[in-house]
Amino acid sequence: MAELTLLEAVNLALARALEDDPDVVLIGQDIGVNGGVFRATGGLLARFGEQRVRDTPLAETVIAASAVGMAVQGMKPVAEIQFAGFMYSCFDQLINHAGRLRTRTRGRLSCPMVLRTPVGGGIHAPEHHSESPEGWLSHIPGIKVVTPASPASAYGLLLAAIRDPDPVVFLEPTRLYRLLKEPVEDDGVALPLGRAFVRREGTDISLIGWGAALVEVGQAAQTLAEQGVSAEVIDVASLRPLDSETILASVKKTGRCLIVHEAPRLYGAGAEIAAQIASEALMSLVAPVGRLAGYDTVMPLARLEDDYLPSAARIVDAALGLMAYR
Amino acid sequence: MKTAAQFSVPYFQFLDARGELAEPPPGLALNALIPVYRTMAFTRAFDARAVALQRTGQLRTFPSSLGEEAATVGLASVMRAEDVLLPTYRETGAFLWRGVTPVEIFLYWAGDERGSCVAGPREDFPISVPIASHCGHATGVAAAFQHRKQARVAVCVLGDGATSKGDFYEAVNLAGIWRLPTVFVVINNGWAISVPAARQTACATFAQKAIAGGIPGVQADGNDVVAVRHVVGQAIERARSGDGPTVVELLSYRLTDHTTADDARRYRSAEEVSAAWAEEPLVRLRKLLAREGLWAKADEEALIADNQARLEAAVAEYLATPPQPLTSIVDYLYAELPAELVAQRAELAAREGGHHG
Repeated sequence: MAELTLLEAVNLALARALEDDPDVVLIGQDIGVNGGVFRATGGLLARFGEQRVRDTPLAETVIAASAVGMAVQGMKPVAEIQFAGFMYSCFDQLINHAGRLRTRTRGRLSCPMVLRTPVGGGIHAPEHHSESPEGWLSHIPGIKVVTPASPASAYGLLLAAIRDPDPVVFLEPTRLYRLLKEPVEDDGVALPLGRAFVRREGTDISLIGWGAALVEVGQAAQTLAEQGVSAEVIDVASLRPLDSETILASVKKTGRCLIVHEAPRLYGAGAEIAAQIASEALMSLVAPVGRLAGYDTVMPLARLEDDYLPSAARIVDAALGLMAYR
Repeated sequence: MKTAAQFSVPYFQFLDARGELAEPPPGLALNALIPVYRTMAFTRAFDARAVALQRTGQLRTFPSSLGEEAATVGLASVMRAEDVLLPTYRETGAFLWRGVTPVEIFLYWAGDERGSCVAGPREDFPISVPIASHCGHATGVAAAFQHRKQARVAVCVLGDGATSKGDFYEAVNLAGIWRLPTVFVVINNGWAISVPAARQTACATFAQKAIAGGIPGVQADGNDVVAVRHVVGQAIERARSGDGPTVVELLSYRLTDHTTADDARRYRSAEEVSAAWAEEPLVRLRKLLAREGLWAKADEEALIADNQARLEAAVAEYLATPPQPLTSIVDYLYAELPAELVAQRAELAAREGGHHG
């Protein structure tokens, strides 16, 4: 089994989907000869031809809108937006059209599209390249929002997203693209959407996160273990639908939780998870629900970026603070 | 200095406001205009009935298409059943021609999603209310046709105001680059709510907005159904044969308010509106058909009676349509109901039980 980066796993899943289903088409800026700005579509034009791997003009709105049109015709478009900071003009399509088509036509039409985009900070990119829009996206009825945290989950979740009968926004953590490798089997097996994954079992506190934040969460769990604190790590993976069952089961077991994400805290996805824990697992809690998030400000440029992002040390501190409750 | 590029926008009119047919397009079959006239007349009758229903609280906000019957019925009448219509909200005539039922249209404007679950043209898009954001759907639909090597065309209808949005340009641009089988039909009815065409663009025509996308733009008298059918028909056949997209501008006039929630007297003169009535599309077509011996007074009287009977039956059926279950709010959101909606669905079902139990 090959050891792949998350980026190579994305490429592998796209190739597999193109191979398996003639209705799968990739569209986006620079995805053809260039293979995408991060090379997620590298080699796919040569292998599948320009009818399947289509470079678009520099126009995010019509990329998303065309994906809607193709999808309504029963194709499986996978659109790439180069950076999450450039995808906001696609929100009109996601909110007003993709998410509503099935319900407003009472099931006559549906929209099985995928919109992929790199998200998150930590790669010292220029402005508007480091956003974490998962909270805004997850508030949209009718779409699904998925973000993988490892190469193997990227492969399985992307295949699931492409095969899903509804629109899926697939958020690829930019910082993880080339950070780590793990064995990925090209078996064509999809992972379930709407399911959270227990990345590490523990009994004292649940650390809940998604995407790139899980790197620091994992490091913090290791440090905590060395200090005698057994942390359970939950990879939420699907922000919408949300696997509340797995999250609540973990918090009910540990009695403490810390939710970690890069996006600003105010109205972030962590607030929804915290609210669900407060209403469904209150009697199991021995400490307040903790949240460690990005600051409620604009993502800073590279020099202060690392101070903005939740670090392993800050996660450990916050977790130990919650451990003080008995 | 040299001229880098030069363009022209052709204008077509065959049937003038007096009902005189000058230089008819090749192959014009006057007989084919009879069903077109019938649907235009039904569209106008439907429109009046819908406004009356709204005024009596039996329909919600309704956008009248009074005066635009030649444009909407005309464009639909040259489409094939398997082509896909991507409409906005003022194309009642096109819906009726395509087989959407009056009951479905009433239901939609009454606030019932079943009005978009049309039994007729199943692949047509539902009404797009946000302006111009459906233009890119047409490029996507057309790309699917192209991908599957189907000789089908995506016909996107929009208003003059919609051409001010980037969505329109992005779609025209992409359609040009990919040589997609798309026709963008701009129905220029003179007004985008209260803003006249002259304040919408500094261009002499809306058709010339095609030029920046590298595709042809043509203009026609949108109250002349012969011209509408000619230019839209040519654009559709051009698209179908693989020669790519066209922007068609149809010059018409909105003879009434923007919607039933609008009062057009605030922003335009009675003189302008009464002058526009002299150009309206229905009378000129009727005059032509009468002159050609294809339409008599008795035909008109029978049509009026038929239309009223059809409408009364449709209104009765619409008013008798049972309400949707409350659970339908969530039932169609996803192919499969996600966990977070299971409890909400149960809550809705319980509320429904409370209503009817």
